[in-house]
Amino acid sequence: MGEILSTHLPSLLIGQYPNGPLGGLALTLILSVLGLGLAFPLGIGLALCRIAPYAVLRVPSTIVVYVVRGVPLVMLVFWSYFLVPTLIGQAVSAFTTLVVTLVIYQAAYMSEIVRAGIESLPRGQTEAARSLGMSYGRTMRSILLPQALYNMLPSLISQFVSTIKETSIGYVISVHELTYSAGQVNSALLTKPLQVFATLSLIYFVVCFALTRCAHAVDGRITRRRAGVTPLVESKVHDPVLQG
Amino acid sequence: MAINLNFGSLLAAPHLEHLVAALKYTAALTAASWLLAVVLGVVLATLRVTGSRSLDRGVAAWVAYQQSVPMLAHLFLWYFGISTLLPAAAQSWVNANNGELIFASIAIGLCMSAYFCEDVRSGLRAIPHGQQEAARSLGLSFVKSMRYVILPQAIRASMPPFINHTVILFKNTSLAMALGAAEMTYVVREIENQTFRTFEAYTLATVFYLAVSLGLMGVGVLVTRRLQIPAR
Repeated sequence: MGEILSTHLPSLLIGQYPNGPLGGLALTLILSVLGLGLAFPLGIGLALCRIAPYAVLRVPSTIVVYVVRGVPLVMLVFWSYFLVPTLIGQAVSAFTTLVVTLVIYQAAYMSEIVRAGIESLPRGQTEAARSLGMSYGRTMRSILLPQALYNMLPSLISQFVSTIKETSIGYVISVHELTYSAGQVNSALLTKPLQVFATLSLIYFVVCFALTRCAHAVDGRITRRRAGVTPLVESKVHDPVLQG
Repeated sequence: MAINLNFGSLLAAPHLEHLVAALKYTAALTAASWLLAVVLGVVLATLRVTGSRSLDRGVAAWVAYQQSVPMLAHLFLWYFGISTLLPAAAQSWVNANNGELIFASIAIGLCMSAYFCEDVRSGLRAIPHGQQEAARSLGLSFVKSMRYVILPQAIRASMPPFINHTVILFKNTSLAMALGAAEMTYVVREIENQTFRTFEAYTLATVFYLAVSLGLMGVGVLVTRRLQIPAR
């Protein structure tokens, strides 16, 4: 195992770089950041459409979210592989295909998080803002979204972890990310599949577990800060004596 | 771009047979891994509340590991890696008896067991501690109190995420294509390679997955409503 690690770890972490294309864990992280970063504004847009007062926006966005949630990621990857070049009329790299797929997939899931975030805010927030004379758009932008997004921070980190795991699908269309690199190392060695794939799982575990712990820490902090803002209400709710 | 759709040729021999076989394969893979995941998930969640600290930590570590590693990596580790640990006779038996299906079911089932475990656990947390105390003071053993008092309530409480994860499990069976398992996604890819009817082939698969996913969500709503304890 040690021998495999010393010779092949670089190709699992950064691929052939600097003598060839960047790959491995580095590419996995780049894909995840790109995918989630681009999905973020799209997800907010979708969420706003889903709670919009107009059926013209609400119905199509709801259909999009349900379709994306009901179809496996692999199928979406194949669809983008086939449709994106057809639609824009030129060849597209596997990397771009994967980023496009991840953005669509994550935007659908993110929109559900944003929607839940907005809907979990007390109704009084909207009512107060509207009675102060703010428009619907202004209420959303200055009152609801800032609070919802702040409360969503832990979910966003969990979503980043999901995205990292989803980039492994790049294996299917030969994007040189971590799982594909492990497949290549395995083909080169031929006789050590257990060690190679155990190493692969371990790398994913270290990265994703660290991020998950981070999400828990942020979650705790936000809960505590929220509790600090309204100490009277909170202490009443959690008082074990009153609860019996 | 001239659009000339032809679903008929895909829904006739020889492709129809392959699609039907793929349907059965996906159904078998979903059923086997779901059963493994649910049973193990409930057992693991129960282990976490026995009060033993080492059991609790062990299960927590298992859940963290299964949830932090992508499904594809689990599939590769089981199919290419752990399979080599089996004795030679067992290996050849597995290879002769649809090893892709067996290892894919194990990998998907074990991974999803972590999610089901968390669902049941969150359901258990919703049950007041007095329930357990009352059951024990009535003379029920720990296992019996779990079986007759706590779990039936906890599972009701955890139905919505439970259904959500069942849909995710079903969608994840498509990843077994990477092992060469002849489930729906794999077969549709094969048909597409032979006929070049990409749009039609992908549409068939997409409609299939969408119909089953939405169907499962619908059944979930019905079951949740059916199981609900009527308010008094």
